[in-house]
Amino acid sequence: MAAAVHLMKTPAELALAETFAAAADRLPGTPDIAAGRAAAFAQFSARGLPHRRVEAWRYTDLRTLMRDAAPLAAPPDAAAKARAGGKGALFAAVAARRLYVVNGAFVPGLSDLSPEPGLAILSMAAALAQGDPLVAGHLGQVVPSDDAVLALNTALMGDGVVIHVAKGTALARPIHIVHVADLAAPAALFVRSLLVAEEEASVSLIETHEGPADIAYQVNGALEIVAGDGARVSRVKVTAEGSAAQHLASLSARVGAEAAFSEAGFVLGGALVRNQLAIRLDGADTVAHVCGASLLSGRQHADTTLVMEHAAPRCESREAFRAVLDGAARDVFQGRIAVRQAAQKTDARMMSRALLLSDTAEANAKPELEIFADDVQCGHGCTAGALDANQKFYLMARGIPATEAEALLIEAFVGEVVDQIEDETVRDALMGAIRAFLLARR
Amino acid sequence: MTPLLEIEDLHAEIEGGRKILDGLSLTVNPGEVHAIMGPNGAGKSTLSYVLSGKPGYVITGGSIRLAGVELSELTPDARAALGLFLAFQYPLEIPGVSTMAFLHAAVNAQKKKRGEQEMTSPELLKRVREIGKSLDITAEMLRRPLNVGFSGGEKKRNETLQMLLLEPKLCVLDETDSGLDIDALKVVSAGVNALRAPERSMVVITHYQRLLDYIVPDVVHVLAAGRIVHTGGKELALELEATGYAQFQNEAA
Repeated sequence: MAAAVHLMKTPAELALAETFAAAADRLPGTPDIAAGRAAAFAQFSARGLPHRRVEAWRYTDLRTLMRDAAPLAAPPDAAAKARAGGKGALFAAVAARRLYVVNGAFVPGLSDLSPEPGLAILSMAAALAQGDPLVAGHLGQVVPSDDAVLALNTALMGDGVVIHVAKGTALARPIHIVHVADLAAPAALFVRSLLVAEEEASVSLIETHEGPADIAYQVNGALEIVAGDGARVSRVKVTAEGSAAQHLASLSARVGAEAAFSEAGFVLGGALVRNQLAIRLDGADTVAHVCGASLLSGRQHADTTLVMEHAAPRCESREAFRAVLDGAARDVFQGRIAVRQAAQKTDARMMSRALLLSDTAEANAKPELEIFADDVQCGHGCTAGALDANQKFYLMARGIPATEAEALLIEAFVGEVVDQIEDETVRDALMGAIRAFLLARR
Repeated sequence: MTPLLEIEDLHAEIEGGRKILDGLSLTVNPGEVHAIMGPNGAGKSTLSYVLSGKPGYVITGGSIRLAGVELSELTPDARAALGLFLAFQYPLEIPGVSTMAFLHAAVNAQKKKRGEQEMTSPELLKRVREIGKSLDITAEMLRRPLNVGFSGGEKKRNETLQMLLLEPKLCVLDETDSGLDIDALKVVSAGVNALRAPERSMVVITHYQRLLDYIVPDVVHVLAAGRIVHTGGKELALELEATGYAQFQNEAA
């Protein structure tokens, strides 16, 4: 029987097994971490790459889409580090503390590590090697998951950033993690990061991902966030990978009581992008806003799969997603609001909307409610459609040419989610990126 | 004198559907205000859409010239840049596009197309505020998304604002009085009248005579079954109000 399973492995799965066997000994970590890696790889190996019969991956058949697994990326050389310094330019106007992760490795020399009271920043590789108690206490435990892609990250994670914000600390500036792939040939990057915001701490995190066009590199990233009681944590993520890249990312967030949590994800580049978000509202009276937009063209495929878990009473969550699809692009939105029995007085609303600009684009939406409490207000909705012809005519009748009229309407469509971001400079930067996308389709 | 608008033997239908305009001819000279009245279903709104180039309508014969330029093959934005303005019966709500951003895009798209100097934001803002004042349009309304949550009267005042700002050669007013109370009607009419000029013409499409008490036409036409069946002076509107359209519907048939 075991032989039969082995025969069914795909070339990518076989390559991953070889990679793990060859790298396991030199990947960073204490013996406990090494044992965790082995267990995670065994978990992955038993089930293989997720495929369409795995419900959470129904519209993104990774087994088919990931034909091969690239070798692990080598650490960046001096030239690659120098080039990375100019990246993350989308948010150049945001006065942020910039941290650089190049080819999956945290680069302290490039990063702004100027001291700030209550803030500690560490490389994940160092934390794993030293058996850092913060990492040992949280890694893989923030929101338990049996997802195969996250397991693969746990097995092969190389480096990333560990951020600790002490109780009551409000960071002066946002932290911008600039992820850069600087590669001439396909390679795989396994990045793992952890953000712990203690009680009443306040932190705004920005992440950008970019890399070269036409090179089939593979990113598997995972970020765990722990937000304590009364904490205010926000993340804005922009996935702008190269045209042939595959980007798989898992966010696991656990939020305490009376906290404010927000997450906003924008997909602008990459051949295949999967953002899976597992957010657990663990304390009462917390407010969470989750939004995102994908702007896709050509044959791009983007998948946002969200589980918003209300585990405590009186929390409010809002989920708003948009997709703009041109060419033969494909967008997937799976959103589940799960309300546990204890989570009475939950107030949750989810809406996803897709705008199809061509006849060959495709939008798949699967909203779900799973409710075990009896006194809640939950709702969801989704739409998919073309631009409103009457609105377009109205704009054109005032002299606005067709492409500009469409651009105004698309901007407005995506703007509805961008407007939810508090920081004005971040909003402006995102609207600029959206305009660039619209210019490119002319 | 070249007529400003010259429609000759126009035939048009809804794409894949009914024939609506059936040999309509109309000539409007510079400075004139023409009213087009007619029963429901006569083709009044279709005429406004065909003039402005709305997709979904097909011209199957005849011609439309604005100041000597044939319009029928032009896109709506090109027609607008040539000086055609359609005041919509039901102005569209466009969430997410602020009124000011829309006005900025419209004014400068037209100026660009005509090879004129574009307006800067402060210039535009100043001009919009001036016009807004005369139409009771507040700064708060201008900040709102275009027409979103506007009352019927606010939408029509916003249409009038656009017309005054864009200074078209030909204004086509499609049932501008619908949804207006008497106070709003007076404000809108005053705005329209302020635009009357020797080089500018108007086509006022209306079902009721009421609007024509405020925007007094030079010529009144009766549109029935897709063509102009009767033409007279401004007194014709009053006559129609008294007698109805039945006699002309028979004429058309």
